[in-house]
Amino acid sequence: MDRNRLQHQAASMRRSLFDQGYLDEPFIQLEELQDDASPNFVQEIVTLFYTDSARLIQNIEHALNSRPIDFDKLDDYMHQFKGSSSSIGAKMVTNECTVFREYCSAENAEGCIRSFQQVKQDYAILRRKLEVYLQMVRQAAVSQKA
Amino acid sequence: MAVNGAVTWLRRAEEIDGYDLSASDSEEVHVLAVDDSLVDRKVIERLLKITSCKVTAVDSGRRALQFLGLDEEKEANGFDGLKVDLIITDYCMPGMTGYELLKKVKESSAFREIPVVIMSSENVIARIDRCLEEGAEDFIVKPVKLSDVKRIIDYMTTDFREGEERRRGINKRKLRD
Repeated sequence: MDRNRLQHQAASMRRSLFDQGYLDEPFIQLEELQDDASPNFVQEIVTLFYTDSARLIQNIEHALNSRPIDFDKLDDYMHQFKGSSSSIGAKMVTNECTVFREYCSAENAEGCIRSFQQVKQDYAILRRKLEVYLQMVRQAAVSQKA
Repeated sequence: MAVNGAVTWLRRAEEIDGYDLSASDSEEVHVLAVDDSLVDRKVIERLLKITSCKVTAVDSGRRALQFLGLDEEKEANGFDGLKVDLIITDYCMPGMTGYELLKKVKESSAFREIPVVIMSSENVIARIDRCLEEGAEDFIVKPVKLSDVKRIIDYMTTDFREGEERRRGINKRKLRD
């Protein structure tokens, strides 16, 4: 496929990520920070985000499975998760983290568990979509003009 | 706050007597960035580099103090080394919070002149007030934007250059040409 088509596809996917509320403003800033000196900046940040998120998700799982539940620890982990997802503009994930923290401060275990399922789901979807999108961007970059 | 910054920078200008400024790369602001978040550290590092700063990024208040401590030893040995011009730190960190780091910096005779900027994801007035009262130069709400960083570096370097030119009575730019 030629470069124009690939670029068009990538742009389309990018638009839908914003329109559907997966991403917002901070992601645009990350894109603006990418240049010839730092050509893979967005991918690097996103990769760090995956690594960090995997760690936090595991910690939260563990904390939710412990009895009694340590709500302070849970809140701390979720604060970190919310922070990094907010920094990359992962809007949907960030919003669900906020919901979780509300259940957390109310020490509502069931609410936390439910909300955490949603966080994981949103995160998994975002990750898949981002991987597809960034792959499209890469392909467009290395492709030849028809 | 701008007035405070100007006073701070004038004092710092006096401290650098004896440094050969035209030779060293001291136009570049050296920023010590402190954040326990992997993602945020990388972002702030990039934001600062794009604003033409030298950056040292550490993941805790303790490491920040260690870095400053090392710095002091180097100066004592006569190295025109990695003098820190600005500290930008996250507020919420395990171990030592950004607020505690701010206090330690402002309590130290060696480093109290270094401006400290606090970053926080939480826009809490009481928190902002507390930091400013403790001597923080500025408070940025996360996520940090390029415009936030540019604003801070701009007013820092302007006050610094103006204060220094006033003190030396020469136009540094002319020297360069």
